[in-house]
Amino acid sequence: MKLSSQWVAFTTILRKEIHRFMRIWMQTLLPPAITMSLYFVIFGSLIGSRIGTMDGFNYMEFVVPGLIMMSVITNSYSNVVSSFYGAKFQRSVEEILVSPTPNYVILLGYVCGGVARGMIVGLIVTCMSMFFTHLQIHSLPIVVCVVVFTSVLFSLAGFINAVYANSFDDISIVPTFVLTPLTYLGGVFYSISLLSDFWRGVSMLNPVLYMVNAFRYGILGISDIDVTWAFIGVALAVAILFSYSMHLLSSGKRLRS
Amino acid sequence: MTDSALTIANLRKVYTTESGAGFEALKGISLAVQPGDFFALLGPNGAGKSTTIGVICSLVKKTSGSVRIFGRDIDTDYSLAKQELGVVPQEFNFNQFEKVGDIIVNQAGYYGLPRRLARQRAEQYLRQLGLWDKRGEAARMLSGGMKRRLMIARALVHEPRLLILDEPTAGVDIELRRSMWEFLQQINAAGTTIILTTHYLEEAESLCRNIAIIDQGQIVENTSVRSLLKTLNRETFILDTREPVGQCPKVKGYETVVVDDHSLEVEVDKGQSLNELFEGLSAIDIHVVSMRNKANRLEELFVNLVNQHKAAAQQEQVGS
Repeated sequence: MKLSSQWVAFTTILRKEIHRFMRIWMQTLLPPAITMSLYFVIFGSLIGSRIGTMDGFNYMEFVVPGLIMMSVITNSYSNVVSSFYGAKFQRSVEEILVSPTPNYVILLGYVCGGVARGMIVGLIVTCMSMFFTHLQIHSLPIVVCVVVFTSVLFSLAGFINAVYANSFDDISIVPTFVLTPLTYLGGVFYSISLLSDFWRGVSMLNPVLYMVNAFRYGILGISDIDVTWAFIGVALAVAILFSYSMHLLSSGKRLRS
Repeated sequence: MTDSALTIANLRKVYTTESGAGFEALKGISLAVQPGDFFALLGPNGAGKSTTIGVICSLVKKTSGSVRIFGRDIDTDYSLAKQELGVVPQEFNFNQFEKVGDIIVNQAGYYGLPRRLARQRAEQYLRQLGLWDKRGEAARMLSGGMKRRLMIARALVHEPRLLILDEPTAGVDIELRRSMWEFLQQINAAGTTIILTTHYLEEAESLCRNIAIIDQGQIVENTSVRSLLKTLNRETFILDTREPVGQCPKVKGYETVVVDDHSLEVEVDKGQSLNELFEGLSAIDIHVVSMRNKANRLEELFVNLVNQHKAAAQQEQVGS
């Protein structure tokens, strides 16, 4: 397939993906806006005012980057897992599998769809946060890079989950039992400097911690971890998950009999 | 020399079963379909038709053998091979929530057709298949027949030279079936090679020039429809009579069975005269007012061939 044709195939998948989550915006874009606003009200304004400062910032300012990152992670993941599993369930994935579209174009199309939803939701949540606090940007390139890398990573994870899933239950297990605990314990609501040495060590094993802190560094200029290591870790994870997703597509596991 | 539209060589497919024994769905089949042909692939349920189609369109991983589409190997030259192929599967496999028009335009996109051309083609095929008015509706709102036509439009949007249809008229009413036949004959006349699997043998007899019969993963017959029909040695007719037939009438040289008061079933060997049959019946005051084949001619052959193959397989088993 010529490069120009591959581009057409890629934009077709991406357009379809964006159209899908825009069409059902009540299920995809509105809930994170409402949920995060509640977080801002409860943790930022009501409880946060009693907590005081954290790492030199008031609590509202401290939690906003983590909450934005939380919505990016969950939305990029759930977009790909639900869309690709839905296509598998209805067998409409066969439309692409019988076509000459190369596997990497299929993967990029779905992943970019997840990234698009992650970024749009991230932007919505950022706009909502502005009603509650004044956001400063410490480093825009870091903010953009962290959001893109993180949403790519979780889109890939969503894709792998969708390939293995045999039922709609299977696509909710990972977000409920893995993603949510990792996000809540990933330093969204607290600085790990508050934890004992043991729990700080355990927290360092949580990949979400690195993304949340790298993003917080881009916004506030503070981080519990070295941002360089965060980037290296995320880039490595993206490379591993991308390779594994490509392996799944080329071997046809759970997609071709 | 022109490449065959489809060349299958020693194709085997073994499905892994839970017991680990494996089920051999295709036992090394070989087949060639010439460009421009209208070809029927027939076989009883579970014979291996859908597996064969699955392998051709790469939804089923073959165990061994090769498949070439217009000379292009589906493994080594998959991109060009897939460009030449359009598939209409047996089950509906589109997003039920997507709009009819979008399904076609997106499918064109997967084949690299620019958006403008994709829209033109979508309009062309949706109009030809009588779905243009439905282009803005979600696919789930269509009737069964419309969904089948939607899948045909989708398979044609990139204008493949080889179109494979897996039971395209299953569950479709007679009128619609006829109009689909007409449409398929038109695109075949325009140069598209068509391979069809169907349970309606009348369909295969009316549309197809060549035929392969597959049973238990093996090709048991591969010839032209005409030469296959020539091998038919015996036909069964149903005769409707003016007078009640009463007890089973005896006509010398013919086997007759009473179906009901006014119908008889008669077996006629190839070369036997029907005039003699009518004369024999007239002699005993039975007058025939109409007659028809009990089964489609191809159906009789099909059943015979499959039964012969089954008997041979059973004998082989007993022998071993």
